[in-house]
Amino acid sequence: MSFDPVFTFGTIAAATLISMGIAHTFGESPLKFSQPVAVSELVVLGPGSFEHPQAGEFLKENHPVAAPVVQTSIDAPLEIMKYQVSVSEYGRCVADGACKPADARNVGHLPVTGVSYLDAEAYARWFSARTGGTWRLPTDVEWAYAASERFRGDIEGGESDPNNPARRWLTQYRLEASLGRKPDPEPRAQGSFGTNSKGLADIAGNVWEWTSTCYSHATIDIDGKRTASSIDNCGVHVVEGFHRTYMSNFIRDGKSGGCAVGTPPDNLGFRLVRDQPSLVQVALRRLGFS
Amino acid sequence: MLTRREALLGSVLTAAAVATVGAMPAVASAKDVAGLPREKVTMVPPPFVHAHDQVAKGGPKVVEFIMTIEEKPVVIDADGTQLNAMTYNGSIPGPLMVVHEGDYLELTLVNPDTSTLAHNIDFHAATGALGGGELTLVNPGEQVTLRFKATRSGTFVYHCAPGGAMIPWHVVSGMSGAVMVLPRDGLKDDKGRPVRYDRIYYVGENDFYIPRDEQGQFKKYESAGDNYEETMRVMRGLIPTHVVFNGKAGSLTGDNAMKAKVGETILIVHSQANRDTRPHLIGGHGDFVWEQGKFANPPAKDLETWFIRGGSAGAALYTFLQPGIYAYVNHNLIEAVELGATAHFTVEGNWDDDLMMQVEPPKAIAS
Repeated sequence: MSFDPVFTFGTIAAATLISMGIAHTFGESPLKFSQPVAVSELVVLGPGSFEHPQAGEFLKENHPVAAPVVQTSIDAPLEIMKYQVSVSEYGRCVADGACKPADARNVGHLPVTGVSYLDAEAYARWFSARTGGTWRLPTDVEWAYAASERFRGDIEGGESDPNNPARRWLTQYRLEASLGRKPDPEPRAQGSFGTNSKGLADIAGNVWEWTSTCYSHATIDIDGKRTASSIDNCGVHVVEGFHRTYMSNFIRDGKSGGCAVGTPPDNLGFRLVRDQPSLVQVALRRLGFS
Repeated sequence: MLTRREALLGSVLTAAAVATVGAMPAVASAKDVAGLPREKVTMVPPPFVHAHDQVAKGGPKVVEFIMTIEEKPVVIDADGTQLNAMTYNGSIPGPLMVVHEGDYLELTLVNPDTSTLAHNIDFHAATGALGGGELTLVNPGEQVTLRFKATRSGTFVYHCAPGGAMIPWHVVSGMSGAVMVLPRDGLKDDKGRPVRYDRIYYVGENDFYIPRDEQGQFKKYESAGDNYEETMRVMRGLIPTHVVFNGKAGSLTGDNAMKAKVGETILIVHSQANRDTRPHLIGGHGDFVWEQGKFANPPAKDLETWFIRGGSAGAALYTFLQPGIYAYVNHNLIEAVELGATAHFTVEGNWDDDLMMQVEPPKAIAS
């Protein structure tokens, strides 16, 4: 790839927004890279607590019930990308040979789409190595906290009638239909869907986002508050956006990856959160370990 | 590239041939028909079917239909892919026309002057003149009226057949539908006992062949004529880009899902004018299925999947026994899920534990 002066200026501008500079990162990186990497604009959310309908499928007394709503807290400040990872940002990972090209071939300041959970993980690893930070996908809880008023969760059929399981299926089907969401497959420029109350852009637009939370089957106590047992399937991850859904890790096109009935995600993309490194990690990094 | 002018020139030549055919002496006793009662039908777009009697009241009559051809761009999937559609009465498929055996079906076919192409109609239910195709070719700005006697009962395809390569191109652009000729005394099961339906749905299946650009994106064209050459190349590969019910992937789902109640009997008429298909009702069956669609043959019982030959329409009768969401698919599941051939039924009613129950929900494997 040729050197791109516009990109470089962009990098400098973005770099001022974050605490860890690029030059600082560079000398310590064990990898050789073709060109500097931009660090995305971040939103830092203070700790807080909120009510969260959990991800997964829940049984109570052997019957499906609505996901329990649990008082959840975010303890440390949450640093999360303001925008979804863009086509050009993802393209640099591809250029470095660390990411597979996305299925959707868009250009510029559009969110990258046509990427799987595995692609998002690969990007996070590469991005961490390039910037010296610890970047990862948000958990479902973190995403919901950041999504705030734009969080919807599962399209929920409620508690199953033990005498007629079809009622829940029909309720869920009609609810989804009544939302009246029309397919909207063309990704739009970053920021097109506006920002939410916490300053994050494009939450619940037409790009759904991968999270690091595994799909699970859980049984909850009679009181409906605690999970008595659960079995995770980490071959499937929670995807968040206009609604919550669950997709196999290798799926890049949401339309063919799930939601047997009802509205599938228009597109699959992601944004990352950054963990503050522990003192040990900082020390190791300074010694040249990654 | 086919221009409107060329299309018209082509159709003028054919029209001359038609005139010759039309000049032949009439064999049918039109006088007898003239004395028959007449009934005008108001058609409704699929999957619904115009009001009709299942058992004929009185003797044969002339049943009048009017269809207007509409050439218009339509969206055929969730990605906004566009087909330069040619339609009978504005819908893909064209409406289902119901008459009784011994009735006369009289169609006035209108091709408005806003059209760019000549069209006609070939009724598989009709006898002679290429199913009426030779007598119905209408240029933009013309209309024609054809009458044929419904001599055989069953479900039959109709489609546009304006000659040569125009035939498959018009058909895969949307120009097909079906006629149902009911026995005068109604449908009968395999033992000859009368059966009735509480609801009828008409599912027309279409295969589309949309060309792609260098990036693999589906191309858009100004008009039907513009897409002809490239569409023909895709058609010759015989692999459709879309296989859909009711003209569009997902058109019979969500708010538009077909409805029924437990205990109700439905008749599903399924047509495919061009290509074989294999309907299957996921979670249900075909109680009585006229796979070839012809009611003089006893229906097959208890089918899981039925085969509709390309160029035919079949009918399946089913009484719903369990509530819930049913998917009605072309059970080539690649075509159902990837290419679009999936519809849904929402069925209300009480659950029957005897027929099915989850004895134990998913839990950790017992060690």
